[in-house]
Amino acid sequence: MLVSVYRYNPEVDDAPYMQDVHIDIPGGKDIMVLDLLQLLKEKDSTMAYRRSCREGVCGSDGMNMNGKNGLACITPLSEVVENDKLVLRPLPGLPVIRDLVVDMTQFYKQYEKIKPFLINDTPAPAIERLQSPEERAELDGLYECILCACCSTSCPSFWWNPDKFVGPSGLLQAYRFLADSRDTATNERLAELDDPFSVFRCHGIMNCVNVCPKGLNPTKAIGKIRNMLIQQAT
Amino acid sequence: MVTSITSFGRSGLYDWMMQRVTALVLLTYTVFMIGYLLFNPDLGYEQWKELFSGTAMRIYTLLAILSMVAHAWIGMWSVSTDYIKATGARFVFQSACGLLAFIYVVWGVQILWGI
Repeated sequence: MLVSVYRYNPEVDDAPYMQDVHIDIPGGKDIMVLDLLQLLKEKDSTMAYRRSCREGVCGSDGMNMNGKNGLACITPLSEVVENDKLVLRPLPGLPVIRDLVVDMTQFYKQYEKIKPFLINDTPAPAIERLQSPEERAELDGLYECILCACCSTSCPSFWWNPDKFVGPSGLLQAYRFLADSRDTATNERLAELDDPFSVFRCHGIMNCVNVCPKGLNPTKAIGKIRNMLIQQAT
Repeated sequence: MVTSITSFGRSGLYDWMMQRVTALVLLTYTVFMIGYLLFNPDLGYEQWKELFSGTAMRIYTLLAILSMVAHAWIGMWSVSTDYIKATGARFVFQSACGLLAFIYVVWGVQILWGI
């Protein structure tokens, strides 16, 4: 099959280019895109990409496969290859460091902005802060995010304003702490989000939901943040 | 918190609410207008003039004009902050939108109360 890979090494190349490589899939098996990248690397060891756990948990190998963001390690070829061709590009909208490796600084800055940690000013109990099973259930569909950036880099609002719009991933995490019964900084968190960019640049096109490799729903979380802002306002 | 001085209400929530309320006003006005035109196929100048000489219709139309202006400002402001990255060019674009909106309001009032 034909694989077209985005190549860019700033130390050697003046500009990025697409490299076409013919790859024979061993035994015609339905391997994962990450396995294909390994085959590519065996052919050309200068090829750079991130990977670690190879099972969709670490979120390192987020990339754009035939136009759709996803994790290479849990995406079988049968799911993305069209007409025996696969186009691999780095996650859109972030600066490229080399080949498929992007600079995630802007993404992490937005994550940092929403204060992704529990804030509770009340004296700590002797053992631990307890939650009822119902309160714990509120965090389902939120805490599973692995910060792979597939969602935020598929969002046009994040492309145009990566410094101002928190992005689907950051907002999903923002709601994860707003929804946490043990967190007492709800009002401060909401006050930080009530500007025309941080939350409200989301126009609900749901690209994030479409690509999330963990099957999460940032649009729904953003809607809930909006409802909290409305309920808090007079 | 991202600060902004050119957005409609300085608050994302306010702009969001305004966008929806004005959209509802514009929807009802559009439905009313389409309905009126459909149910009056042989509409003439006299009847059209009579429709707009009623105070209620003038209030409704002015409300629709003001809603359109607010709705358009929020929308065009969003578009300009998305696509026009140079501050100077964005300011010129936003100023042109604001001026055009103001002209439409004055012109609209002149037409409505000039009948």
